[in-house]
Amino acid sequence: MPALDLVANVVVSGILTGLVYGLMALGLSVIFGVVRVVNFAHGEMMTIAMYAATALFIALKLDPFVAMLPIAAAFFVFGYALQTALINPFITRPEHSQFMLLVAVAIILVNAMLMIFGPDARNVQVDYQLESYELGPLLLDKGRLLAAAAAVIAAAGLFAFFRYTLTGKAIRACADNYLGARVVGLNVKHLYALTFGLGAVCVAIAGCAMVLLVDVTPPLGPAYTLLAFVIVIVGGLGSMGGALLGGVLIGVSEALAGLFIAPSAKSMFSFGLLILVLLLRPQGLLGRRA
Amino acid sequence: MRNPYLVQISWLAALAALLVALPLLVGNYALSVATLILYFAYTGQAWNVMMGFAGQLSLGHALYVGVGAYAAGSLFFHYGVGPWAGVWLAIALCVALGLVIGFLAFRFRISGVYFALLTIAFAEFTRIGFDHFAWTGGPGGMFLRVAQRDTWDVANFRGPPLMYYYAMLFLAIAAFALCAWLLRSRAGYYWQAIRENEEAAQALGINTFRWKLLAVAISAAMTAVAGVFFAFYYNNLFPEQIFHISRSIEIILGPVIGGVGTLFGPVLGAAVLTLLSDGITEVLAFAGVEMPGIKQVFYGVVLLAVVMFLPHGIWPALAKRLRL
Amino acid sequence: MQRRQFNTALAAASAAAAISPFNIVRAQAQKLKVGVILPRSGYLGFIGQSCQKGADLAPEVIKEMLGVDIELMNADFESNVDTARTRAERLIQEGANVLVGPFDSGAAAAIAQVAEQRGVPLVINIAAAPQITEQGYKFVFRNFQTAGDIVRNGLDLIGELFQATSTVPRTAVYMHVNDTFGQAMTKGINAMLPSRTQLPFKIVEQIGYDPAAKDLTVEVSKAKAANADFLLLVCRLNDAIILRREMVKQRWQPMGIISPGSPGMYEEQYFKTLGKLSEHSISNVPWYNPKAKLTQVVEKAFKKHNPKDNLVFHGLNAGFTFEAILIAADAFKRAKSTDPKTLADAIRQTNISEKMTLGAPIKFNAKGQVEGIGSACVQNLNLLPTVVLPQEAATAKPVFPVPGYKKT
Repeated sequence: MPALDLVANVVVSGILTGLVYGLMALGLSVIFGVVRVVNFAHGEMMTIAMYAATALFIALKLDPFVAMLPIAAAFFVFGYALQTALINPFITRPEHSQFMLLVAVAIILVNAMLMIFGPDARNVQVDYQLESYELGPLLLDKGRLLAAAAAVIAAAGLFAFFRYTLTGKAIRACADNYLGARVVGLNVKHLYALTFGLGAVCVAIAGCAMVLLVDVTPPLGPAYTLLAFVIVIVGGLGSMGGALLGGVLIGVSEALAGLFIAPSAKSMFSFGLLILVLLLRPQGLLGRRA
Repeated sequence: MRNPYLVQISWLAALAALLVALPLLVGNYALSVATLILYFAYTGQAWNVMMGFAGQLSLGHALYVGVGAYAAGSLFFHYGVGPWAGVWLAIALCVALGLVIGFLAFRFRISGVYFALLTIAFAEFTRIGFDHFAWTGGPGGMFLRVAQRDTWDVANFRGPPLMYYYAMLFLAIAAFALCAWLLRSRAGYYWQAIRENEEAAQALGINTFRWKLLAVAISAAMTAVAGVFFAFYYNNLFPEQIFHISRSIEIILGPVIGGVGTLFGPVLGAAVLTLLSDGITEVLAFAGVEMPGIKQVFYGVVLLAVVMFLPHGIWPALAKRLRL
Repeated sequence: MQRRQFNTALAAASAAAAISPFNIVRAQAQKLKVGVILPRSGYLGFIGQSCQKGADLAPEVIKEMLGVDIELMNADFESNVDTARTRAERLIQEGANVLVGPFDSGAAAAIAQVAEQRGVPLVINIAAAPQITEQGYKFVFRNFQTAGDIVRNGLDLIGELFQATSTVPRTAVYMHVNDTFGQAMTKGINAMLPSRTQLPFKIVEQIGYDPAAKDLTVEVSKAKAANADFLLLVCRLNDAIILRREMVKQRWQPMGIISPGSPGMYEEQYFKTLGKLSEHSISNVPWYNPKAKLTQVVEKAFKKHNPKDNLVFHGLNAGFTFEAILIAADAFKRAKSTDPKTLADAIRQTNISEKMTLGAPIKFNAKGQVEGIGSACVQNLNLLPTVVLPQEAATAKPVFPVPGYKKT
């Protein structure tokens, strides 16, 4: 039976990483919840954000937290454009068509990154990356702490947007009732694109935060896409709190599974959890029944 | 009365004849590519049964390839049991798996993208599981004993590449014929009804649950055979490769590009994609361009174009043009 | 024979040569076509490119050494087994007389089948799965250690290391990637360690991890909690980097990090990414002899082709790839023919003592495997992989335990 402080450290680390995953999943939940498009290029978008952060770091010595602003802005535009140009006509198409469209986009993105950046892993090297705070028996990784903080702030901001702004409410209306929204005169196309842009912003921030924790390589994308979907399903579609909760849950459960069972089997746990949730509570932990 | 399908059948017969005679016309490299095309045509056809007929999007079909391959492979590796017996275990296991997934999904009313994610989860779960399963070699993989390759040892499915080509050709033709027959049978009409409007079908008294399960079972069984072929053709199996999600995507590329739900779609799609992939490699080599990743970018762009402008796949558009 | 008859015979032979598919008679040909099949893209991309550097400099070095002409036909199998098979077929169809490659065991198994079927010799540069030379192939040759050899040499070198530094670590925590390679190594270690009584340590904790994992916090926490003297590690490049960083974050400093034989810690990326943190990591791997005559020649050629690079970062990859081509060329010189079967027979008779990698002369046993390939204890010193053992090949003294180690 592993020592208590080992367990505590592992759990805390799981929570912190889980929050960053949660932010990434948040973007997906928002997109899927509103536009109802299965964004299979989500992980690839995150990878691009990570590359952008490394590029800005190398070129301008920008700390990833500072780089978040320009990258998020760029991603908003990119997401908006992607939705308007490419994805909009596909909303009414069958699911496998949507899926193939985004798989094609994902293939192009991953390999374009390979062409531009090469297969070697890249990262940023900031001074505080390897520091840790000592809090009693806990060793808190500074980089992880800051990344988690960024994730929580971004999520809170998004939550406030959807709760308290008119546009946010309009978007929620579209999600709830497409036809009704149009009848009322909302420019659904624009709102959808806006949503996609916002989802992309989440991904951008998550990517900038993630690059502190993980080295980026082109094949990272698909793994993150899958992870994002697992979290969104477990946490609950359309629920922002659910995405964060799902992220934390997955982060902690994987950490514990790794500790008590075999570390190499920890992903098995997440997929098992996904299967269970799909069967027993498909709307997820915090989602509403469709 | 004149068979309304006479034109189509004669075209198909001509194609089949060409494929049978192919080894006499082309070299070994082209033959290995042709074998690959037929493999993807076959697996695409198998996947098509579940998607095109029963309307269930499976993104984890590599699960059946892997389980089928490992089942027959393990029997051969541990007990020397040949593939002709091993294939039955493979089919049994895959059908059982398919039924479990199908049952869980349909019972709990999981459909659309949720069903797709469920299939992905099962495939990933199995992938990692096999990585820890020592009896099948774990992550180190399973290497089947390779014997002489000059003579045709049909009993153990060992021989020159020519034998594998004909085996795959036979399987592809059989799959095509099976699907054609299924479509025209009662099952086929029920499936089409379910695909178009499941509630209406239920209202008509069709036991949609049972027929959907049947589609899943048939699809799984067919794919299992592909797995057995894979095991004895490549002679080594690694969980990381055979269960990987990229393999599942490979399987559905053909039918989606060619035309989901059509008979000829998977075949055409497999041919187009494999030839495209190789063609791009050739052109790039010719132009002296050596940049890793550029080939897949081209590939992705073509994929994108087809998905955007030919939403039902290449075959329906082509068929209309050719008036088939 | 009369002159007229001779002329007729000559004419007939020429005609036969012209239409013969293998051009056997014309095989007094001056050039050996070597099909080099490597993963230059995909997840093995940078290793394949590293191997390619060894191949690129081969023609000129071999021309100088042996006086034979070789022509390289490069193919990229994109880290994909299906592509490996079709590319191999393609190379053979385009006239490759011998194949060299592919670095990856899975691809090696696939290409070996093609080579065997077509009767074209394959000289494997790097692949550790033992089964490849256990299949009874007649056309497959491997100039690299099997996983078992790697482990055995690796463990022996660990013993030498402790002796040379007068240290007696009692416990080790063993971490390993959970993939083909890691699993083979683990089997070997678990089998051989108990019988190696001259090694003073025991493995107190064994932790396997997913090679694709990006977060190894849990694994390192577990390892640290085992409170062992040193870390025994079988890894790949990316996870080695992640592990090293995580060790710093969790403030875990064992006596040292020793790999009994795996890639990663001696590769350029490890140094570039970790900087000072890469210092003192030890890898016991098949390596080239920095003091060998051939090494100096290859090093010069490498500098010419890659002025901004250093051979030492590609020691294993480029060294063994070069040697594989050398073996093919040497056989060609002796066989004086490009006929594949003749080449295969000639390769089987190979006996090269003037080589650049460590160990016994290159001789293939009945299974097509070279025995006695040596390993070196390669330690990261001053941001360069440096051979510290065996002493005959060493260019520096080993450092163990790492400076700053405090027994807790």
